[in-house]
Amino acid sequence: MTDFQHRHASHCESGVMSAIVSHYGLPLSEPMAFGLASALSFAWLPFIKLGGLPLVAYRMPPRAIIRGLQKPLGLRMRTETFRDPARGAARLDELLDAGGVVGLQTSVFWLPYFPQDMRFHFNAHNVLAYGRDAASGEYLLSDPVFEEPMRCAPADLAKARFARGVLAPKGLLYYPEGRPGEPDWAKVIPAAIRKTVRVMLRTPVPLIGTRGIERVARAVERLPAGGDTRQALLLVGHLVRMQEEIGTGGGGFRFMYAAFLQEAAGLAQRPALAELGDRLVEIGDGWREFALAAARMIRGRDAFDPGALGALLRRQAADERAFFGALGQAV
Amino acid sequence: MDLENVPPEGNATLGGHRKAMYARDRDGRIGAVASAGWEVEEIVTRQAVDELERLAAEALAGVRAGTASPLAYHMYRARMDDTLLAQVTGLWRWRVRRHLRPEVFRTLSPALLTRYAAALGMDVEQLTHIPPP
Repeated sequence: MTDFQHRHASHCESGVMSAIVSHYGLPLSEPMAFGLASALSFAWLPFIKLGGLPLVAYRMPPRAIIRGLQKPLGLRMRTETFRDPARGAARLDELLDAGGVVGLQTSVFWLPYFPQDMRFHFNAHNVLAYGRDAASGEYLLSDPVFEEPMRCAPADLAKARFARGVLAPKGLLYYPEGRPGEPDWAKVIPAAIRKTVRVMLRTPVPLIGTRGIERVARAVERLPAGGDTRQALLLVGHLVRMQEEIGTGGGGFRFMYAAFLQEAAGLAQRPALAELGDRLVEIGDGWREFALAAARMIRGRDAFDPGALGALLRRQAADERAFFGALGQAV
Repeated sequence: MDLENVPPEGNATLGGHRKAMYARDRDGRIGAVASAGWEVEEIVTRQAVDELERLAAEALAGVRAGTASPLAYHMYRARMDDTLLAQVTGLWRWRVRRHLRPEVFRTLSPALLTRYAAALGMDVEQLTHIPPP
């Protein structure tokens, strides 16, 4: 594969899907892949612990973008998992030899090209394989969160693909069957937006959407302000890490979704969406404000004030409730 | 976020890489820009890494004092905890916890040691030793 074009993206899954769809003939930006798959969300699942800290996510669960693009683009994605690493590697080689580009789910921890400080046991990192170096046997990887294409030795890639634990990839690989078609933008864009609005405002569980943000606000407000605050600050830092550091494009994907709305305004001929995009940029700035306040407390530059952080989160919840209401009205 | 607000200070934990951020330029267009990172991100990532390193250092002191097994040290050094190590090895968590005690760890079969070593990406020789003080 020499004609494959690596693209730098914020988020792994939307980046991989944007690259796959573009490679097979339909230019698709990362924000459009993200928005069209209705990937924006908020989830607070305190009973699922990762490294002792509760699960918080600013987007839909892993694989939502891979699956979510099938309907709007009329594109069937084939997914395969493997019990045996040797068979998983053989199948990958077979697909690459046939000239395909293949999406892979991997664990960040076992990918040697990741910076040391970024190597956590996160099992749902997506990369794209587009070839193999005949001499060294290394795989040519397009990892969307890096500026340049990467290389990975077969043994390391096998470890990353067959890591175990929460969200174990089980060697998952995926590729399109057939080619994506140009959708009727005026139809698929409003449908995708309506789904996001529904998730954010009307999920029956109070842990998802704007009500989830309020739950987090409450959990933060209840943290002890004095005494041993190490554990409390770890939770606050964890929220910020999930919001800013895990490839969200900043502001917990809100800026990326704003870019989607702007692009959607043109494609679907709905100028109102562009204005809403600008409004979402302001909300993203509010998330960054929370992150900055939290980081200052973690560093000890400001005194730890759970009430103040909780109030910032409550404001975010209120702003997003009003915003997604208006977004629902607009489509 | 407006383009001029994309933080310039850099984030050491990125190891020199740049990440894509979405920001609004002067014409109001929102698009991706490469950013060297934000100090806020560095603070929270360092915090998480420091916590894992603190646990590893604590375990190392425990091994030297005879209250923890080398497995405890290597587990934290591999950025795992007992829950994750149990999931990765397919053992019960209470068994993993027992094996963190030095007197139990000493009696482990070669098969179990190999299983732990594989999960932690090392060989048995490394697993049963800790760095000299």
